[in-house]
Amino acid sequence: MGGNGGEGVPLRLGLIVNPIAGMGGRVGLKGTDGPDAVDRARALGAVPVSGERAAIALATLRDAAPTGIEVVTVPGELGEFIARRAGYEPVVIGENYRPTGSSTDTIELARLMRDEGVALLLFAGGDGTARNVYEAVGMDLPALGIPTGVKMHSSVFATNPRSAGELAAHFLRSPNSVCREAEVMDIDEDAFREGRVSARLFGYLRVPFQRNLVQGLKSGSAGNEQGALNGIAAAIAEHMKDDSLWILGPGTTTRHIANALGLPKTLLGVDLYHHRKLVAPDANEREILRQLGDDPARLVVTPIGGQGYLFGRGNQQLSPAVIRRVGIENIIVVATPVKLAGLSGGALLVDTGDPELDDELRGYIRVVVNQRQESMQRIA
Amino acid sequence: MTRLRNFHAAQWDEPLILDMGTPGERGYIPPAVEPEIQNAAGPAESLIPAAMRRQTPPCLPEISQPGVLRHYLRLSQMTMGCHITPDASLGTCTMKYSPQINEHLARSPEMSDLHPLQDDDTTQGMLEIIYGLEQMLCEISGMSAFTFQPAGGSQAIFANACIIRAYHEERGEGELRDEIISTAFSHPIDCAAPAVAGYKVITLLPGPNGYPELDALKAAVSPRTAGLMMTNPEDTGIFNPHVEEFTRIVHEAGGLCAYDQANANGILGITRARENGFDLCQFNLHKTFSVPHGSTGGSCGAGGCTEELAKYLPVPMVAFDGERYYWDYDRPDSIGKIRSFHGNPQAVLRSYAWILAHGSEGLRQVAETAVLNNNYLQSLLQDIPGVSIKYDVPGHRLQEVRYSWESLFAETGVSSEDVRRRMVDFGLQGYFTSHHPMLIPEPFTLEPSESWSRSDLEEYGTVLSHIDAEARAEPALVQNAPYQASMTRIHEEALDLPDQRAMTWRGWKRKYGVAARAGANPRA
Repeated sequence: MGGNGGEGVPLRLGLIVNPIAGMGGRVGLKGTDGPDAVDRARALGAVPVSGERAAIALATLRDAAPTGIEVVTVPGELGEFIARRAGYEPVVIGENYRPTGSSTDTIELARLMRDEGVALLLFAGGDGTARNVYEAVGMDLPALGIPTGVKMHSSVFATNPRSAGELAAHFLRSPNSVCREAEVMDIDEDAFREGRVSARLFGYLRVPFQRNLVQGLKSGSAGNEQGALNGIAAAIAEHMKDDSLWILGPGTTTRHIANALGLPKTLLGVDLYHHRKLVAPDANEREILRQLGDDPARLVVTPIGGQGYLFGRGNQQLSPAVIRRVGIENIIVVATPVKLAGLSGGALLVDTGDPELDDELRGYIRVVVNQRQESMQRIA
Repeated sequence: MTRLRNFHAAQWDEPLILDMGTPGERGYIPPAVEPEIQNAAGPAESLIPAAMRRQTPPCLPEISQPGVLRHYLRLSQMTMGCHITPDASLGTCTMKYSPQINEHLARSPEMSDLHPLQDDDTTQGMLEIIYGLEQMLCEISGMSAFTFQPAGGSQAIFANACIIRAYHEERGEGELRDEIISTAFSHPIDCAAPAVAGYKVITLLPGPNGYPELDALKAAVSPRTAGLMMTNPEDTGIFNPHVEEFTRIVHEAGGLCAYDQANANGILGITRARENGFDLCQFNLHKTFSVPHGSTGGSCGAGGCTEELAKYLPVPMVAFDGERYYWDYDRPDSIGKIRSFHGNPQAVLRSYAWILAHGSEGLRQVAETAVLNNNYLQSLLQDIPGVSIKYDVPGHRLQEVRYSWESLFAETGVSSEDVRRRMVDFGLQGYFTSHHPMLIPEPFTLEPSESWSRSDLEEYGTVLSHIDAEARAEPALVQNAPYQASMTRIHEEALDLPDQRAMTWRGWKRKYGVAARAGANPRA
């Protein structure tokens, strides 16, 4: 059960922000687990995005539930600054704790939150952060993720920061709110950078449940989809003869297109092709923008299975600047019918980091599902 | 409530007819031809021109008359048809009781002795019936002309796709307009038929109310739109209330609209295709209009259209000059032939008789009773804990509902397929799950047509409720079903594997070799 605060007794919400989560995305790294990766991300020009997104979630929470909620958090950029930016006067705990800048911080601070008796723990990060929260509190405490990481295979995250705020408010205020057990998954980041996905289930967190506001478990490829994949590959390959720069996003569906033309493809990266030749493998945002120049371009992307994210999950290299430069009308979405049928919310999702661009992308878009077969899908 | 039947099907370990009999065994040996006749007519073989005589005899089973009777009666005992069970199981198929009197008419010598090449002057009665049914279906749909040449719904829908193509070609837009729009809960043939006709197909997925949102259609139409081909009510039993806007938007984009009315049991006498803005439609006479299902090509898909499009209908059409009926072959704009000769006129005769027996009031009553039956069955099923209905929108479903065992599966591991097999143990036909794509998890689709009684429906509710309880108490009991049926399980996967499925005896021998001949099951 969720909120149970009596008259006048404020409900306590715990907040932890993993400040480095998500830094790897736009510079083409596959996550920031481990200190080396953080340094590499900074060297490539990455800036922190986690705090900003957490602040959006808290501001939404404050709008949805202006009174009766007390935010309990930890000092500095791990939570306190964010809460204040959203207009809260937080209760700050763990002032004697010395942050190490590693995953230990999340684990230790989450335990402190639990001991403080918070009703819900809101955390900002990615799969690594979710694993740490799980390690600390297991199923003792309801928790909800604000999605700010690069990898978000776990289904413990709200679909975007705004939804996280809404869902938290709904959970705390409603006497009948319920939790579901949501998967905490993570993949080996080193293997991910080398192009192999090995997702592992680490456990379950209790997550407030509300349909469409929580990200579904990222599903693997199902059944015999070979026919549809071949059809999609044939449909796209036919057009790749033209003079455009072709940008293929990550995923097995897009890899199938490249392979049909005998071209290499980085499974989890963005690859650029021109006149049916690979011109830039595993390109980061800067490289993509450089290659784009003023030539016409086409961008081929496939949603993440289960969740339905088109932008903002696992392909942050396709930044708002890249998408705008390519032009929305030049985006080609591909997905097999099985993948579309398995979208938990029934819609595609976008979270580019630029709310205006997200709005422009919303509405109906054609999805290539086989050769000479398309489907109209809503981007929500 | 109704009792559960203590049922057990017949189990005959019966071989295939082609594996039965012995060489030389005969059902009937005709007496020898008398010499006088032989002298006058010559030997029997000489009656067949030499070029048409086969050199080797056909590979047919050789078997006695009692052997044949025994074989087919045994098979019939192991069959569950709509004359043995109340068939509300095959949702979307509109299984209704077809009156025996119409069977007698269709099998009468006057009908069965007709030949398609007879002179029109000797077939005025049949031509009048075809012409008459055309007028009736025009009244029912609001259309201006109908063809009965297609031998099934899919052929009629294919004809409609060809008419759409011919229409745009005549306007010089055949190349430009290469896209047909359909919906995910329409029958899959509304995508497949235009694809065969060369079109790219754009599918609209269901919105929150179960049918596509107008915005999806608006985003889909373009100068490349050739037409819209859809079902309504869709497979879910939900009627898209915005259908007039759908057809308007497609018309504004320059496309034509074809209504798949294969199953019109929920709207008969209530709404008409023309008033919904459609240019083309089709009825499956073997669904709504009480013809036994023909199993892929033995029935009739009646294809109708507006006056403007009538010139494209298949050749020939029955015409009437005020005195005489005749086959009109002078149709230069026709899409050509869709089926050999005139399709299946026996189906036309049955529907003609059925509609005359009902009258217009009766037809409306058919739809009202079918919808009432469906609403009653739905009310019974809503009390079963494991049954849910996706798209819980206000208002009633029409003639069918696509249900889901999603929660039963989540709680017990018992799937919709498991329940389907268990039903047979209580003497009910296993139900139809869903057309693809399976957007509704663990689906099943029930359609209790106007033919079935209240106690028939209560028997359905009782059986499904009992299986739900069994699944909770002992899941394996349901998962391993059936126990009382003629056969336990069939390997349905083979249907999806081209190297394993065999549609003919010849194909079976080719794919499975000598082992099949010896009666061995190569999959075992």
